[in-house]
Amino acid sequence: MTIEFRGVTKRYEDGALAVDELSLTVPDGSMTVFVGPSGCGKTTSLRMVNRMVEPTGGEVLLDGRNVRDADPAELRRGIGYVIQHAGLFPHRTVLGNIATVPMLSGWSRRSARRRAGELLDTVGLPAELGSRYPAQLSGGQQQRVGVARALAADPPVLLMDEPFSAVDPVVREGLQDELLDLQRRLGKTIVFVTHDIDEAVRLGDRVAVLRVGGRLAQYGTPADVLRHPVDDFVAEFVGKDRGYRGLSFLSAGDLEVDDVATAAIGSVPEDSDEWRLAIDAERRPRGWLAPGSTVDGRLAEVDLVAGGSLYRRGTSLRGALDAALSSPASLGVVVDDDGATVGVVTARHVLDVIERHPASVTATSGTANTTATSRTANPTATSRTPRA
Amino acid sequence: MSITDELATYLGSANTRAQLWAALAEHCYLALLPILLGVVLAVGAGWLGRTWPPVRGTLAVAANLVYTIPSLALFVVIPGVIGTTILDSVNVVIALSLYTAALLVRPMLDALDAVPQAVTASATAMGYRPARRFFGVELPLAVPVLAAGVRVAAVSNISLVSVGALIGVGGLGRLFTDGFQREYYAPIVVGVVLTLLLALVVDLLLVLLRRVLTPWQRPASPNRPVAAGEAA
Repeated sequence: MTIEFRGVTKRYEDGALAVDELSLTVPDGSMTVFVGPSGCGKTTSLRMVNRMVEPTGGEVLLDGRNVRDADPAELRRGIGYVIQHAGLFPHRTVLGNIATVPMLSGWSRRSARRRAGELLDTVGLPAELGSRYPAQLSGGQQQRVGVARALAADPPVLLMDEPFSAVDPVVREGLQDELLDLQRRLGKTIVFVTHDIDEAVRLGDRVAVLRVGGRLAQYGTPADVLRHPVDDFVAEFVGKDRGYRGLSFLSAGDLEVDDVATAAIGSVPEDSDEWRLAIDAERRPRGWLAPGSTVDGRLAEVDLVAGGSLYRRGTSLRGALDAALSSPASLGVVVDDDGATVGVVTARHVLDVIERHPASVTATSGTANTTATSRTANPTATSRTPRA
Repeated sequence: MSITDELATYLGSANTRAQLWAALAEHCYLALLPILLGVVLAVGAGWLGRTWPPVRGTLAVAANLVYTIPSLALFVVIPGVIGTTILDSVNVVIALSLYTAALLVRPMLDALDAVPQAVTASATAMGYRPARRFFGVELPLAVPVLAAGVRVAAVSNISLVSVGALIGVGGLGRLFTDGFQREYYAPIVVGVVLTLLLALVVDLLLVLLRRVLTPWQRPASPNRPVAAGEAA
């Protein structure tokens, strides 16, 4: 289902403008992230889709139909909604919470609860949790139940209002991965609101950057927003690391992988004045043996210096550069899909690839795309190919 | 004659015991029916306060005013207002219902306000219409606060019923008027003890009722998040 904002404005009675002439299209089956500082109208814009907020100008269309023509309660039952802190009903069990919309839509209690049970599994929660109350769950579990509840009636559209901002960073990353995975399987049309640009570029097929006063600053793919911010506001908002973040969208292509000296755990290594990568029986990297270090007898984990991040072959350049920079030997370890060592890369190799890249981050940042207006969505922006 | 002998003689009579049971039953009816009606009124006031916020201040002030009217005055005034006879037990029921409601309106409004915004917003976003949201989400969440108010109101009612004896309708209160008139202390002692026992039993039942209505709040529930599904 396509969501279209057409010149949508929200002006409060005191004259304050929350959203100013917002025009953009969220294509069917894709995820658009609204991102911006507080007061930019991102949540207000989101809530105009399910009529929690009524626009004072313009219209919001779902598959071409104005949402104002629908009965609000009926409309909302067809739109999943996930809120910050999950907003679960404290007095209902997990299953009861998930079954909410099916029950409201008149399903029998039994089929609603059966559906709720399936959804527990979909969001990766064990069935025993079904009879718990929300207060008995961790923050991350509550958030999953929130997602399950939003999906219960299988709505084509999902609205997510800072759903992961209240959980700790490690859990958040897991939830983000699961959302991407869920989205690949279910193909919903999603509008996601966040103030975190990292989350935005990680999740969105498209990112809409909003500025205070509710104006759309830029609408495009994450790579586009990072590489070609239309103005100083967007450049500032996406941050100082945007060049580095942009590497997430560059494929490693012809990245040169070098051989590396290795030492198997359990073997008796000879003395050497170079870094050697310790590997186990499956050739998985275990750490580094420092130059000139001596080993008493057989090589064990205690003799090793901890390694840096690993770079999985075929993923983005960001991982490759990070692997090289975080390695004690300045050699980024490259592994295959099974985690076995393939070789190493140096930061120099990665930089070579970056500089050879046709749409190099460094060559074009801040200069291109100056024609896009900051006032409304660049009409071409909506037709750009989403991230693969 | 010592007070124990007096009590033994008083309670020894089958006739007295039958009267006591009747008085106790009447006391229960006069004290507890108003609780039910008062809760209904307070819920109505809460609903009004939620759907039409400007009326909230008025509701709270009105509730306070009602509670300051002396009970005896109210017992006497009600027949004039609704045309019942002065000895009708309905007068006492109505008066105590008003007191109960008056006592519950403010906690009711506060409890509804205390329902987290995220919860009401998500209920609306799920597609609840206002009435169903009120009874299905907001009111159940107000139960703990409401229950605390009901316990106070119940005990207060049980003691206030006795005042009704002055207009001839008072359950166990009649034991007091009777005892004073005859300077006979046994019924007074029995009346006090039965009133206390009734208050205790009713309070206990209300605590149990609250527990049944708020299973999500049981402190006994072990707080043990499941590890599986957390690691991601």
